[in-house]
Amino acid sequence: MIDKIFLNMTRASALLVLFIVAWIFVVLFNESTEAMQTFGLDFITKDEWAPNLEKFGAYAAIFGSVASTFLAMLLAIPIAIGVAIFLSEIAHDKIKGFFGVSIELLAAIPSVIYGMWGLFFFVPILRDIFGGMGIGLLAAGIVLSIMILPFMAAVTRDAMNTTPDILKESAYALGGTQWDVIKDVIIPYAKAGIIGSLILALGRAIGETMAVTFVMGNVHHTPSSIMDPTTSIPVTLANEFTEADSSLYFSSLFGLALTLLIMSFVVIAIAKFYFLRKVRKGQ
Amino acid sequence: MTAVQKRIVINKIALAFSTLSAVIALSFLFWILGVLVMKGLDALSWSIFIYEGSPPGYADSGLKHALVGQLILVGLATVIGVPLGIMAGTYLSEYGKNSKLAHTIRDISDIMMSAPSIVIGAFVYAVIVMPMGHFSAWAGAIALAIMMIPIILRTTDDMLQLVPGTLREAAFALGAPKYKVIIDVVYRGAKAGILTGVLLGIARVAGETAPLLFTSFNDNFFTTDLNQAMPSLTVTMFNYAISPYDDWQQLGWAAAFILSMFILGLNIIGRLILLAGKRK
Repeated sequence: MIDKIFLNMTRASALLVLFIVAWIFVVLFNESTEAMQTFGLDFITKDEWAPNLEKFGAYAAIFGSVASTFLAMLLAIPIAIGVAIFLSEIAHDKIKGFFGVSIELLAAIPSVIYGMWGLFFFVPILRDIFGGMGIGLLAAGIVLSIMILPFMAAVTRDAMNTTPDILKESAYALGGTQWDVIKDVIIPYAKAGIIGSLILALGRAIGETMAVTFVMGNVHHTPSSIMDPTTSIPVTLANEFTEADSSLYFSSLFGLALTLLIMSFVVIAIAKFYFLRKVRKGQ
Repeated sequence: MTAVQKRIVINKIALAFSTLSAVIALSFLFWILGVLVMKGLDALSWSIFIYEGSPPGYADSGLKHALVGQLILVGLATVIGVPLGIMAGTYLSEYGKNSKLAHTIRDISDIMMSAPSIVIGAFVYAVIVMPMGHFSAWAGAIALAIMMIPIILRTTDDMLQLVPGTLREAAFALGAPKYKVIIDVVYRGAKAGILTGVLLGIARVAGETAPLLFTSFNDNFFTTDLNQAMPSLTVTMFNYAISPYDDWQQLGWAAAFILSMFILGLNIIGRLILLAGKRK
């Protein structure tokens, strides 16, 4: 009797996860219907976002999300791979422990703090170097890359660490240098895991709100240079959600949320199911 | 240069680049950490814990409202999210095992773990804030709980699977029903691991701002009414940091410092528990 109740309670909790995810999609879809019906495809292809005229085109926000994430990945990937190589192959055991734990702890720092640092300390430097406001796509990309770096480095290191020692030792026995072993043994072996980890980090970066809200500018305008202030989907949501005053405005914001959810879902699913599943099977 | 020498040189260059990138990464991260500690300690004082928020320019302003609000929000989220997460993880590890359903739930929950937190805020806004007609602590706590469940589910599932099957079989052989085996044997064996998962889950949601922006919203005054908007450290930090007032910005850094120490503390305690459990 109690056995049955216990089973059903645990099963209900597990099914709740599926239910919530489905519910999120349904709710966002329903709430955004009005915007979709009004604007159709224009919603994602036009960049005119004028609440006073009841015109909502999300292109600038989508472009900002993609561009800032792309910039962040461009900056973070080489450094993260470097850090991962350092952590898994070069560093002395003692440094490895200390360094590895501090990287993981840094990944736990709330992202809003990276945003505050960016606004008060980094944007002024950019302003001095490039002139203008300092706030914009470049600032967002850099702050985002720093925020995502600890997570990216930690998962990439874990992927590299899956390489069996015996493979590395055989390569050393053939007279390979450390770099030979890294590029010809570890990277080929852990390739799927490394790519999966990087994409996973990308999935996180694209949905990140607080690190970029401070430094992006929230201007609905497709930027013509990386120094221009612009916006992204999460930034628009964070700034405008509590200000929306018409049902079409709300509906458009929910449309943005749905677009973001689909983008991140696809990215994370590719990382998990295509690359990381391969790794699990390979072992 | 012989081929060997060439390889040695390339090796040295490559390793130097890798070390250099580690140094670059660490210096940026320590720069941020340094700013956080300096600014935070600067702004920290006892009055922060005594006074509530006040208009800019007043001497007697503090963060009591946000500190208490943060504790209430995270506490409520824990009360909602932890039992659900642990039960769901239990189902996966003890009943679902390798079934298709269990794998689907694991996959979906893994994706949920990295889903944009602001979207969860928008969802909770639509299903709780809109029908109620106003912001509330409940909405904020539920948004955080939704983020917490997948994390706890995953660690519980992993930790329970580490408990050896023979222990379960021994208990079954004594005639114990399955729920008793799970509660008295499996849970006990995985205690340290589950606790670590819970602490990391709490630490993860405690630093979230985005899902609270339009669920629990914010308030500059002390409140314990769960049906009203509730201040939190994260949203307060955000609002104070973008304000043009010096003293508000100072309070923002103090909030950032307190919150980071809390989260780092939880992370470190979680790790120590896991280590102690492994040593036994």
